[in-house]
Amino acid sequence: MSGRPGGTGRLVGTSVRRQEDPRLLTGRGRFTDDVHLPGMLYAHFVRSTVASGSVVSLDLSAVREVPGVVAAFDAADLGLGDITARLDRPAGEFVPTAMPVLARDRVRFAGEPLAVVVARDPYAAEDGTEAAKVVHDTRPAVTRDTQALAPGAPLVHDAAAANTLLDVTMFATEGIDSVFDRAHCVVDVETRTGRQNALPLETRGAVAAWDDRDRQLVLHTSTQVPHQVRTVAARCLGLDERAVRVLVPDMGGGFGLKCVVGREEIAVAAAALRLGRPVKWTEDRKEALTASFLAREQHYRVRAAFDAEGRMLGLDADIVCDMGAYSCYPFTAGIEPLMAAAEMPGVYRLPAYRARARAVTTNKAPSAPYRGVSRPQFVLVVERLFERAARELGLDPVEIRRRNLITEFPYTGVNNITYDPGSYRESLDLCERTLREEGWYAARDTAAAEGRHLGIGYACFSERTGYGSAAFAQRKMEVVPGFDLAEVRMDTSGALTVTSGTMSHGQSHETTMAQIAADELGLPLEKVRLHQGDTERVAYGWGTFASRSIAVGGSAVRRAAAELGRKLRHLAAARWGVPPDEVVLGPGAVRRADGTAELSHTELARIAYLATHLLPEGMEPGLTATASFDGVGDGTFSNATHGVVVELHEGTGQVEILRYVCVEDCGVAVNPQVVEGQCRGGIAQGIAGALFEEITYDAQGEPSATGFMDYKVPTALEIPDVTVRHLETPCAFTETGAKGAGEGGTIGAPAAVLNAVNDALRPTGVELNDIPVTPQTIAHALEQHS
Amino acid sequence: MTETTHRPAGQQLLGLTVNGERREVLAESRRTLVDVLRHDLGLTGTHVGCEHGICGACTVLVDGAPARACLMFAAQAEGCEIRTVEALGEGPDGRELGDLQQAFTEHHALQCGFCTPGFLMLAEGLLSERPDATKEEIREVVAANLCRCTGYQTIVEAVDACAARRRAATPTPSEEDSCS
Repeated sequence: MSGRPGGTGRLVGTSVRRQEDPRLLTGRGRFTDDVHLPGMLYAHFVRSTVASGSVVSLDLSAVREVPGVVAAFDAADLGLGDITARLDRPAGEFVPTAMPVLARDRVRFAGEPLAVVVARDPYAAEDGTEAAKVVHDTRPAVTRDTQALAPGAPLVHDAAAANTLLDVTMFATEGIDSVFDRAHCVVDVETRTGRQNALPLETRGAVAAWDDRDRQLVLHTSTQVPHQVRTVAARCLGLDERAVRVLVPDMGGGFGLKCVVGREEIAVAAAALRLGRPVKWTEDRKEALTASFLAREQHYRVRAAFDAEGRMLGLDADIVCDMGAYSCYPFTAGIEPLMAAAEMPGVYRLPAYRARARAVTTNKAPSAPYRGVSRPQFVLVVERLFERAARELGLDPVEIRRRNLITEFPYTGVNNITYDPGSYRESLDLCERTLREEGWYAARDTAAAEGRHLGIGYACFSERTGYGSAAFAQRKMEVVPGFDLAEVRMDTSGALTVTSGTMSHGQSHETTMAQIAADELGLPLEKVRLHQGDTERVAYGWGTFASRSIAVGGSAVRRAAAELGRKLRHLAAARWGVPPDEVVLGPGAVRRADGTAELSHTELARIAYLATHLLPEGMEPGLTATASFDGVGDGTFSNATHGVVVELHEGTGQVEILRYVCVEDCGVAVNPQVVEGQCRGGIAQGIAGALFEEITYDAQGEPSATGFMDYKVPTALEIPDVTVRHLETPCAFTETGAKGAGEGGTIGAPAAVLNAVNDALRPTGVELNDIPVTPQTIAHALEQHS
Repeated sequence: MTETTHRPAGQQLLGLTVNGERREVLAESRRTLVDVLRHDLGLTGTHVGCEHGICGACTVLVDGAPARACLMFAAQAEGCEIRTVEALGEGPDGRELGDLQQAFTEHHALQCGFCTPGFLMLAEGLLSERPDATKEEIREVVAANLCRCTGYQTIVEAVDACAARRRAATPTPSEEDSCS
């Protein structure tokens, strides 16, 4: 951590009220669908009803006759460039896919957009889509990873042999086979995890309009990555990038689904340019479930070798991720398999590792990153392996973890990643002690004696956050989203505007980034405002994903504020005729260290802009500063242990969560209440994946969930209260000591819940390794036993 | 391309009472209440999350009771008192937080804030009908709506805290008796 140059604020580390809340609580937020422009038209998409086939004909003439319809465009009408995400890997390892904005001759999933209909109101636009005449030549659909990989399977993309978009053996420790041959104990697990939708409650949407005065396309859209949308929109539309301005209003969540560039916002922009009028598109829930981006469908076959004392000797993983019809931009179909293979060893010491990671393409809606990205899955697999090894070796499941957790830092793993200090062991100890002291172990014994089914489960994990350019480059991404930028600008009244390239969509950056800047400059919180989501206001920014914003973006904000602070101290020092190191910033004013004088921020700002003849020799007018920050080394690792107690109910098969404890360590918590909110919300999404949500596809590629009647999003009755306990191992190289905190909750929950379920099932001999665990499965297991 | 001169068939003049104000709007008979509120009357605080009555982001009060504004045609709301999130605030311009909104910010019961107006109206309806609701009863009602950010715990706590505060501020019947 760099030393504090002078800020005396103490806002970082306190749970100040959120700056976002007043407008959101009074109905004065402004989300994308709230944007209304004069003369605005409304778009709706004609979509493929078949999963795989060629488009024989697409006739929009009847569409154009529907009352209220203004225009209808297909791919040929708009002539747009494709969206193609690439990795810098040889053809044998990676095959890119060209995702057209509107499908041309070929459709690859049910829901793929074929044409955009523009009308005077959204009802008429939807009427219009129903008048489209589409003739498909249906081909056999590929809907399972095993089918995709089978010899002779139909090809989703002609260029992708064996339907494989990525095939990489990332690690293969020399002699690993003999490690397994000689090991005292080898356990294996095969796991499948269900396809989910990240499900931001605000669906995707866009409002596009051409501005003649600025000669810019202005694209309002709900995205985590505004500059990425700008880059892709400019390329697809054949515009200079400066001719596209992306504006992001308030966002109703994203969770990764909105950190990739979609096709619809580009099509809407093209329609607006063509018609010379603003066009709005608001995705409906059916489109969101079937035609946006999905995630998490993975298939693992993994074995682990242990010695007699329970020390893990080797891990051998075969990872197949079903990435659907196309690579997402910019991350590619490699996002899930590469993450899984790179980071699977997690919090455990491991001498020998081999991982083959594959992405297969199928006739399903494509996958995007979703909160946690593969970590909920591989943590589940590794934690299952430890539970199995504990049973085989007759060890306590907590004790076997203790024997393997990394306890000395920095630790460089067999996966070539260096882990910065964390509290892996301490978080497990505290989590277990909490459940023990609360009497849950005794309760489990009592329940067993009464013929009830109580189980206790844990998950230990770390989460790499604050990935820098080096870490993404190692993944061989063509686009390397490492750094971020911040600008601070003090106005003549002494109030501060902070602009960051990150993009809050629920994470409370308007509060936490303001806490950081206010502390640095000795300002009260209400004097600081954060601006995000306007590509005109920051040269470039990578947005918000991968738990990067506080670690990377927050560090850039502190650096920029520190730079401005130096200027303020220099200016005040010159007024007093003392050296700058005898000036402190705050609280509330700029003061001489000996307490004999003070100047308000307003007075200094007045000099800097309005009375520049008073500036010391050589000082530029104005009070602005910019700074960048790039993630250091391999990033910084947050960690946590989750402990869960469940009771399984005979007959209904219900999994009731009786207790949920999360002991987390994200370094310095800038706002502890916000961190707890991230933990609880993440855990709810993890429980959703463990017990409730799945989108399956039938053999024809028809998705099972088109609405909330079929996609069971858990409510307040399914999600338990969660106790969050904090440990703090400050990061040594972020500016505030903070690590990322956005994804951890989601990562630990599936493993902890599944382990607790299996603990409760122990007397039945049934062991479950797939999620979601359904009531039918539980009821069946309990029935067989009784 | 020229714009069609489009006058949708079946438009009717509707009279709605929204947040105590009489409003008139020309709308197709198929137009939903939430679309009229948001797009014809400019009350964009009410949100649309699913358009099939499950998520509850569009919850408003119709004659005091929570209702899904996506499942009602605007025409069905004629003659009813409609209340939206814009009416919950206090102060001359409605920008000061009311007690329920205050409880939400204190308990960090919102993150992205998209579902929040629906939960506020749901809770407002509940607490006016059942001021003595227990925390478990509150949880059951909160389960009517979906939130993807918070995990619900802090929403339940905020509503419960607001209920407790309102009860503490209202004299109980026995106290009223003793005063009289």
